[in-house]
Amino acid sequence: MARVLLFGRLSDVAGWRERQVESPFLSALRARLADEDAGLGEALSGPGVQVALDQVIVRGDAPLNAGTEVAFLPPMSGG
Amino acid sequence: MIRLTFDPFDPGALLTEFSHGRSEVGAVATFTGIARAEAGATVALELEAYPGFTEAEIGKIADAAKVRFGLDDFAILHRVGRIGPGEPVVFVATAARHRRAAFEACDFLMDYLKSKAPFWKKEHGSDGARWVEPRDQDHADLKRWDKETST
Repeated sequence: MARVLLFGRLSDVAGWRERQVESPFLSALRARLADEDAGLGEALSGPGVQVALDQVIVRGDAPLNAGTEVAFLPPMSGG
Repeated sequence: MIRLTFDPFDPGALLTEFSHGRSEVGAVATFTGIARAEAGATVALELEAYPGFTEAEIGKIADAAKVRFGLDDFAILHRVGRIGPGEPVVFVATAARHRRAAFEACDFLMDYLKSKAPFWKKEHGSDGARWVEPRDQDHADLKRWDKETST
């Protein structure tokens, strides 16, 4: 089970902030989340949304292990 | 020092602490960002971070700034959670042998924090809440530092 975290406006779109999801690959996880919630699927593939696996930014697909932390990060703004 | 805090802080006390005992440094510059009231339109800011990741990402840039500007030291304190108008949101202090490096590093770190550091900011207004994303000006501000590297 991967631990999925949503930040910023993504958690508002989904209505949740953290969930356990069973999925062997990041691509499959994305497809599954989009299948369950089309609005979230669209938001996750929106401009500027990055993904971190165990707190490291990744591009493209990647395998997920049990307990991998998958964080979806929309455009950032501090200060 | 890089720290996130849910609690209000006193920028004056932080400056006093940061400057203490720096008899060889010569220059300390600071920036304090304050939540704007927007004439009553903004009731509160809500800042979200990704604990662990946020500090680590800021650390990478701060360490790069330390090398690039020849800093002696830096301090970055950033609020998370709910922040009222007039309350400090962010404090950046830089210490260097000469003022230019201290000023520029402080400026650079703030440009980074505005548009690239892992924070998500929601503005609660009298007419609802909205997520704030970096403005074109914020991206342009950060780009200035690319140019200066390449020339």
